[in-house]
Amino acid sequence: MTLSNIGIVKESLAPLLQVQDVHTTFNIKQKGTYFWQKPDTLKAVNGVSFELFAGETLGVVGESGCGKSTLARTIIGLVKANAGSIKFGDEEIVGASKRTMRIKRKDIQMIFQDPLASLNPRMTVGDIIAEPLRTYYPEMKKSDVQDEVRTMMKKVGLLSNQINRYPHEFSGGQCQRIGIARALILKPKIIICDEPVSALDVSIQAQVINLLQDIQQEMGLALIFIAHDLSVIKHIADRVLVMYLGHAVELGINEAVYGNPTHPYTQALMSAVPLPDPIAERNKVIQLLEGDLPSPINPPSGCVFRTRCPIADSECAQIKPELEGTLDHRVACLKNKVEL
Amino acid sequence: MSLTVDQPTELMELPIKEIKGRSLWQDAWRRFYQNKAAVTSFFILLLVGIFVIFVPMLAPFGYAETDWNFMQSAPSIENKHYFGTDSLGRDLLVRTAVGGRISLLVGIAGATVAVLVGTVYGATSGYLGGKVDMIMMRFLEILSAFPFMFFVILLVTIFGRNLILIFVAIGLVSWLDVARIVRGQTLSLKSKEFIEAAHVGGVSGFNIILRHIVPNVLGVVVVYASLLVPTMILFESFLSFLGLGVQEPMTSWGALLQEGSQTMQVAPWQILIPSAFLVITLFCFNFIGDGLRDAFDPKDR
Amino acid sequence: MSMQDSNSAPEKIDSTVRKVGADSVLNAQANQAKKVSQESSLLAVKDLSVQFTTEDGLVTAVNGLNFDLHEGETLGIVGESGSGKSQTAFAIMGLLAKNGRTKGSVKFEGNELLGLSQKALNKIRAEQIAMIFQDPMTSLNPYMKIGDQLAEVLILHKGMSKKDAWAESICMLDAVKIPEAKKRIGMYPHEFSGGMRQRVMIAMALLCRPKLLIADEPTTALDVTVQAQIMVLLNELKRDFGTTIIMITHDLGVVAGICDRVLVMYAGRTMAYGETEEIFYTPTHPYTIGLLKAIPRLDDDKGKLETIPGSPPNLLNLPTGCPFHERCTHAMDICRDVPPPLEFLPNDRQRACHWHPEMQIDDAGDVTKGMATDTNTDINNLSTLEG
Repeated sequence: MTLSNIGIVKESLAPLLQVQDVHTTFNIKQKGTYFWQKPDTLKAVNGVSFELFAGETLGVVGESGCGKSTLARTIIGLVKANAGSIKFGDEEIVGASKRTMRIKRKDIQMIFQDPLASLNPRMTVGDIIAEPLRTYYPEMKKSDVQDEVRTMMKKVGLLSNQINRYPHEFSGGQCQRIGIARALILKPKIIICDEPVSALDVSIQAQVINLLQDIQQEMGLALIFIAHDLSVIKHIADRVLVMYLGHAVELGINEAVYGNPTHPYTQALMSAVPLPDPIAERNKVIQLLEGDLPSPINPPSGCVFRTRCPIADSECAQIKPELEGTLDHRVACLKNKVEL
Repeated sequence: MSLTVDQPTELMELPIKEIKGRSLWQDAWRRFYQNKAAVTSFFILLLVGIFVIFVPMLAPFGYAETDWNFMQSAPSIENKHYFGTDSLGRDLLVRTAVGGRISLLVGIAGATVAVLVGTVYGATSGYLGGKVDMIMMRFLEILSAFPFMFFVILLVTIFGRNLILIFVAIGLVSWLDVARIVRGQTLSLKSKEFIEAAHVGGVSGFNIILRHIVPNVLGVVVVYASLLVPTMILFESFLSFLGLGVQEPMTSWGALLQEGSQTMQVAPWQILIPSAFLVITLFCFNFIGDGLRDAFDPKDR
Repeated sequence: MSMQDSNSAPEKIDSTVRKVGADSVLNAQANQAKKVSQESSLLAVKDLSVQFTTEDGLVTAVNGLNFDLHEGETLGIVGESGSGKSQTAFAIMGLLAKNGRTKGSVKFEGNELLGLSQKALNKIRAEQIAMIFQDPMTSLNPYMKIGDQLAEVLILHKGMSKKDAWAESICMLDAVKIPEAKKRIGMYPHEFSGGMRQRVMIAMALLCRPKLLIADEPTTALDVTVQAQIMVLLNELKRDFGTTIIMITHDLGVVAGICDRVLVMYAGRTMAYGETEEIFYTPTHPYTIGLLKAIPRLDDDKGKLETIPGSPPNLLNLPTGCPFHERCTHAMDICRDVPPPLEFLPNDRQRACHWHPEMQIDDAGDVTKGMATDTNTDINNLSTLEG
């Protein structure tokens, strides 16, 4: 990894995106309640902090219900944060006006999980890719817009004579490329990738991952790559954020988190990933997590992981752990700490 | 970059022209075309349309003209009253055509207005959601509960029989269902990822509704509209039958039915011919509606 | 396969650490694990083909499958979309859509399955061959208590009374490690999590102690940690009930963990078949090699992933010759014209490829031939060139 010495460099660099203690909650109307009863609050993102530096890839990993998708949508403004701060450069995104958001949108873009569903089935591919450009630069000439679109299509590996085709005429991998082209056309600084390869075949996954890495290098983009597949994150991320039930449980550089997983959840997660190596896989020691994911409406007190944690004790029910450690490796656990 | 992508691309750019895409509309049209019943109905409707447009222009009789020699006479070829005459001696052929104009106009125009108003209302309500949606829907429900027949009778009593009145009455009723359907479709589309992508791309709410939501609900709306036309025609016929429709001597199929029903035993052609036209037209619209619905069925995608 | 001696009483498992594939501590109240019989195969598939007549033409979803499954073995069928792996399972179970036709032979314990009447198939289903599906949400009836759904199987197939059926169902739920089975058996599917629902599916499938269990992507929709639980469970049940399993998946890691043999499919054809260790450690088929190189691994520190160019096959418009040749780095002229015959190699191994690793290094000509095939193919189908 080229940024393995980012630890030293970081102190002089200001982060591109600074997320501080963000909370996002949803009001859920439970069935069978009357309309005057207060709805339950679902704490989707419950106090997450991290920073993102220019040109790096931050991998966000966690299982279903951990809040990674909600976090992504909060950063990009599709969902409103209830508390906390998200600073892009110098400007605050939380609570920003619509005008500010609109301007910020140029710099933060998104790629979605379902390649076909993220494209309007009634628009041609050319129109889909051109739309952000036409929205922000309405005065651009039609021919210039077309040229931009073609350049972008070539860049993502699509033949530009497909420009008048419709999304349903493409394969999943190609649809994802179209989505990437659309995200790139405004030349943003950050792209949030919400599980971009989960819906693709294995052989296509590799193509898209390589494409993203190439483009990142070429355009100096920062990526927030969200996935549930630890192997993919290991491959692509410079730094990794592990989430559980809306909380950040471990954050650090790739080598630290994968080489020395400290939080019990991270350890369980790592051991559960099936390896395509028969002998290693069969002799592997898995840390199975007992029980089920607790309800996000009523999370456990103190450390949310304590109900399934093999080393939890009474202290864990009372104190909520915060991320602490070094710049390269932080863990939110009362029992396991990062060696300083 | 994977090899097949970079190298051949450059070489292939020049000689190959752009490939025309095959839009979903084209797919649907192709499927519609294969539906024999729907296509046949379409042509029959076309014939009916030609009939109602050209016959009054070409016929030797006017629709209000009384032919004193042939009062309530049966259809015959010699006296040029091909459909016979009614009790006032007016040629039924011309009157059927003229009546058809009114009925079809009301049906199609009514459906168009319903679709336009209903789509905009439903899409906006569904898209905005929250309190606005709640208020808009409550308003819709109040209108639904409104006793329209009484309202129409009231209007006719005050303003007399008027074609415009018919339009108003029909327009007030018909858009409600369309709005509800479009709202439902909008709600299900709102959570689709391409709408989120449009947000992320900075597209304004108005443009999202216009460019993203409306084209994707049009499929359902078109089907519903084609089934709305016969409802409109029937509604107008109903009003005319009750004597609340167009002013004499202007007529519509419903009015013709009303007149014909009074002379059913002595002059059956007076009711049979307009009702035949009405029934055929309604059937055709229904077949077309079914054909459209099958054509737009997303299962094939 | 080892035999498991039964203990006198079921032990409560305290430790959360398990060894995958280790002997289970579970008490087998039902059957003991059967000894593996090497001679007779439980399922003998010969030249199985499945075709569908669609309005767009004839689609061959499965094309000439051959394998022998012995009792107690676990076979993994691996492939991407369009490979035909699910259709193979449906063909065996007689669950094909109305426009599907099978050819060839599938013999279960010597009896031909293809072409059997629905009545005969119903007898075999659940009792001899059971199946679990990918999406546990839709596989269970949301309006019935799970106890009723489980009991239904037993009442229908074993003629048990409702009381006995419920008791047996509770035992089975215990066996699949559903906590508080007695209480939960009266609950509805939506009250369970995804992983639990999949366990219920497994319990339902094993109620009649079938000899063969077909699992169609059972863990694809589940989280990684839940997947690990299910895989451990399947391994334990394998030992306790001696069930033969066909595991259909696209995840090579899952295959490595539980399968004795692997069948790699592409566009309906067998690409490679053999023992798991041989296929993973000494792959010889370009598709297998490509797949293994293309997946990012937790235990590896590679730079760039080596990709397989192109996109998955369009079954309506398969390339001539070998279906993989357009994406193959070792493609030769013959690959374009002649579909590679299935070679039967020692140790029950199969491969279908014209290229052999012993062949001399392909000169630049061969490689560009593979590329050139791309550019010359159907201009109107350019969308299939790019991945």
